[in-house]
Amino acid sequence: MAAHTQPGRPNQLFRNLNSKIASIPMMLTAVVIFLGGTIWTVVYSFTNSKLLPRLSFVGLEQYERLWDTPRWIVSIQNLATYGCLSLIFSLTIGFLLAALMDQKIRFENTFRTIFLYPFALSFIVTGLVWQWILNPEFGVQSVVRSLGWTSFTFDPLYNSDIVIYGILIAALWQGTGLVMCLMLAGLRGIDEDIWKAARVDGIPMWKTYLFIIIPMMRPVFVTTLVIIASGIVRIYDLVVAQTSGGPGIASDVPAKYVYDYMFFAQNLGQGFAASTMMLLAVAIIIVPWAYLEFGGRKRG
Amino acid sequence: MDKSLTTPVSGPAISGPAGSRLQTGPQGKRPRKVLSSRNIIVYGALGLAAIYYLIPLYVMVVTSLKGMPEIRLGNIFSPPMEITFEPWVKAWAEACTGLNCDGLSRGFWNSVRITVPSVIVSIAIASVNGYALANWRFKGSEIFFTILIVGAFIPYQVMIYPIVIVLRELGLYGSLYGLILVHSIFGMPIQTLLFRNYFVSLPEELFKAARIDGAGFWQIYFRIMLPMSLPIFVVSMILQTTGIWNDFLFGVVFTRPDTYPMTVQLNNIVNSVQGVKEYNVNMAATLLTGAVPLIVYFVSGRLFVRGIAAGAVKG
Repeated sequence: MAAHTQPGRPNQLFRNLNSKIASIPMMLTAVVIFLGGTIWTVVYSFTNSKLLPRLSFVGLEQYERLWDTPRWIVSIQNLATYGCLSLIFSLTIGFLLAALMDQKIRFENTFRTIFLYPFALSFIVTGLVWQWILNPEFGVQSVVRSLGWTSFTFDPLYNSDIVIYGILIAALWQGTGLVMCLMLAGLRGIDEDIWKAARVDGIPMWKTYLFIIIPMMRPVFVTTLVIIASGIVRIYDLVVAQTSGGPGIASDVPAKYVYDYMFFAQNLGQGFAASTMMLLAVAIIIVPWAYLEFGGRKRG
Repeated sequence: MDKSLTTPVSGPAISGPAGSRLQTGPQGKRPRKVLSSRNIIVYGALGLAAIYYLIPLYVMVVTSLKGMPEIRLGNIFSPPMEITFEPWVKAWAEACTGLNCDGLSRGFWNSVRITVPSVIVSIAIASVNGYALANWRFKGSEIFFTILIVGAFIPYQVMIYPIVIVLRELGLYGSLYGLILVHSIFGMPIQTLLFRNYFVSLPEELFKAARIDGAGFWQIYFRIMLPMSLPIFVVSMILQTTGIWNDFLFGVVFTRPDTYPMTVQLNNIVNSVQGVKEYNVNMAATLLTGAVPLIVYFVSGRLFVRGIAAGAVKG
């Protein structure tokens, strides 16, 4: 940049110097941590690092081993199940709640406060509360049984077949408020005239929502989708608090797999390979979105 | 953004008892019946949903006020027959993690010592960054910003180990300073975005006028931008405070047991395998940990909504 300084003009590098100095933390973070750290991890995922990172390349061996590990397969399956259901339910519930809130109701603020407060709580708190509510000895199961239905069974956290649904319930409780808020903001952004026109044409309300409003809200849906999806890939705290990955490894997720291999199993290579797979999953979500969103037109 | 979130004034049609209005003669819009089937469906559905969202909070409070014998007998939804605050005292001052038995208070103060500096440092950095990006663009600034925003979507697990190495080299690994640095780094994308978008939305004439008057980078920042951006500072403080307080992963990776933040200690207390499970103490501890973000949330009200909306939907 500073290579060709013309006589009479101040050095390019020193133009706007204060701004550059002020941006140093941002540049360092972007380049060293985000870019550098990511590349570092990807590179080291091709090595056989164990206790300490070592640069002895073994090609794709870590990845082959990763996909041969039952625990990884379980955690990927869990993530897929949890991810799909979480997307479907949080978008549906979030939109329904937002549509209800948009009916010019009274106490809107009260309802919003109630729906959104779980979002202020941490996943740890969420997980522990739901661990208690779903406790088969004292929680929902025992309450329903004490009402007379003695064969009632609902113990998601102790049944490895359905444990991921127990986590889903807690996650939906925590996250749907946010989706509702985003959707509500989207609904409020729709021109009132659209509604009037639909009413004049005698289109029933549900049809207006389904065929006019929702297509108009496409950008909101896409943004929400990206936010939820990138949160899904990261899910970690909730599982740790609610089940610790149990029973056995039944509720393991990739983020927990990575953490355990990096810091407990002291098998860094595996951890790096697994985290690179997580990165790949996020890239599959983000890249098409970024392309659609920013690819065509340039924004300031 | 703010405008679209504000509540529309509920029309006179719904407010007030419809009956009394009818008797005064036909004025204004025709009032709707309060108990129309539409209203029953809307309020019924919202009410049911509200109950679902409130139950966990209710269960936490109720359980934390019961004694253990009562918990073993009764069901988790029943209100306490005898209110006792002992679980709260125990959770705060006596609950054990490993060898330490001084309760959650240690984690609480650790979290305070982590959160306060992290919030200040990250907001200071992000606001100056956002200001530079909005008003003092230079060659390449947008590229760094793009990397920063894309970086916000990278799973933390990908970057954790390199950061461990960097912190170890700096001699900060395991200390509170290291964790504060990490929080400032990972708060940067969203905070910078927030501030940049806010500063962009301010009228440009203001900035130009100050430039003509001879003010420089820092002068404009401190004397014009800063006083004008109080609301966005509050919003980003709310976001950062709850975010950092609620963090678990960084706490567990970058601190040692005696500097564990509250969330990590809470998880260790509740999920410890040894000893008899005291559910009432566990729930009191959980409530104590959730109290800070909840208070921030209830006090800040609409600002919290504005923050998450501004952070989520790009401006």
